[in-house]
Amino acid sequence: MLTEFADLVVYNWLNLSPKAHLAEALHFFIYDTLKIILLLSVMIFVISIIRSFFQPEKVKKLLSGKRLFVGNAMAAFLGVVSPFCSCSTVPIFIGFVESGVPLGVTFSFLITSPIVNEIALVLLYSIFGFKIAALYLISGVTVGIVGGILIGYLGLEEYVESYVYEIEMEDEEVSTMTWKDRIDYAKYQVKDIVGRIWKFVMIGIAIGGLIHGYVPTGALANYAGPDNPFAVIVAVIFGVPLYSNAVGTIPIVEALMNKGVATGTALSFMMATVALSLPEMVILRKVLKPKLIKIFVAIVGVSIIGVGYLFNIVI
Amino acid sequence: MEIKVYGPGCRNCEKLKENVINALAELDVAANVEKVEDMSEIAKAGILSTPGLEINGEVKVKGQVPKVAKIKELIKAEL
Repeated sequence: MLTEFADLVVYNWLNLSPKAHLAEALHFFIYDTLKIILLLSVMIFVISIIRSFFQPEKVKKLLSGKRLFVGNAMAAFLGVVSPFCSCSTVPIFIGFVESGVPLGVTFSFLITSPIVNEIALVLLYSIFGFKIAALYLISGVTVGIVGGILIGYLGLEEYVESYVYEIEMEDEEVSTMTWKDRIDYAKYQVKDIVGRIWKFVMIGIAIGGLIHGYVPTGALANYAGPDNPFAVIVAVIFGVPLYSNAVGTIPIVEALMNKGVATGTALSFMMATVALSLPEMVILRKVLKPKLIKIFVAIVGVSIIGVGYLFNIVI
Repeated sequence: MEIKVYGPGCRNCEKLKENVINALAELDVAANVEKVEDMSEIAKAGILSTPGLEINGEVKVKGQVPKVAKIKELIKAEL
């Protein structure tokens, strides 16, 4: 249905020849924009309902006093389902540390939360299929667990700003939501998230469309194919300063993969873009001393590079 | 009545403050509305997911932006 609509616009209304580069790029753009926006709206609604059962206050209670390993694994999985927005990073961090969640466990949550975004998972599944979505989920959670365990093991508590430990938090009851509240919440999330990210999606798809229409198939295989040992590292280094969310990155990743970029390299690029970004570090600086931020970036960066190589070998 | 809106200044927090002010105007109720932007103050109030809404010292809403109608109910309950 969506294909027919894109056909209609490009070939009939605009009267472009199906062989022209412009037509190919435009067709891709119209089709992908519609598909992604539609899927997103449905999925954000469903996911928000699930999320409404995992408010951060509840996650905090589940994690407090948990030890290494078990705690890290739980935190990483909770990071996947818990609602999370970057403006809540600092309160969540303070809340976790204050209520006795170990530092390493807190980091497992903070790492996984942005990387394994359920919306990104749904998109990966719909664009690339089950295998890649599952690999992304497993590797994202693994990066969270490993990163958190390492940070916990290194004993870096002294590099958290000291005021964090002095805060005494009011222990608020977790408010129970009625089904009407959950549905209102989910509706609001759809409006808010789609309203916020449609620009990223359009820009992402536009760049993807250009690559699709103008870069010859296989052109990038020589540079970023499985045989270039440095491709993953370069992809991660380029991905870190880029600030986007997973949703906007996926169309670019799709186009790059079509042109011969290896799967692991493309997924590392995507993880680096969403997990590490300059605005995120500025926010984290409010609770972490610079040394811990550097260690955090190094550990997550190296883990993501590892994941990229693993995928390139496995696939 | 004392109302506090907790949030570091992201879009949702601004939206919540706007809704609170509209709710007060529609009810014709006077209140002190304070916007709390300091991260440690937000955490101290027990709010992990922003934005948060506190009326007369009690946190009513966390992590979501309630509609004007819902805020009006919360305000009426405190009158």
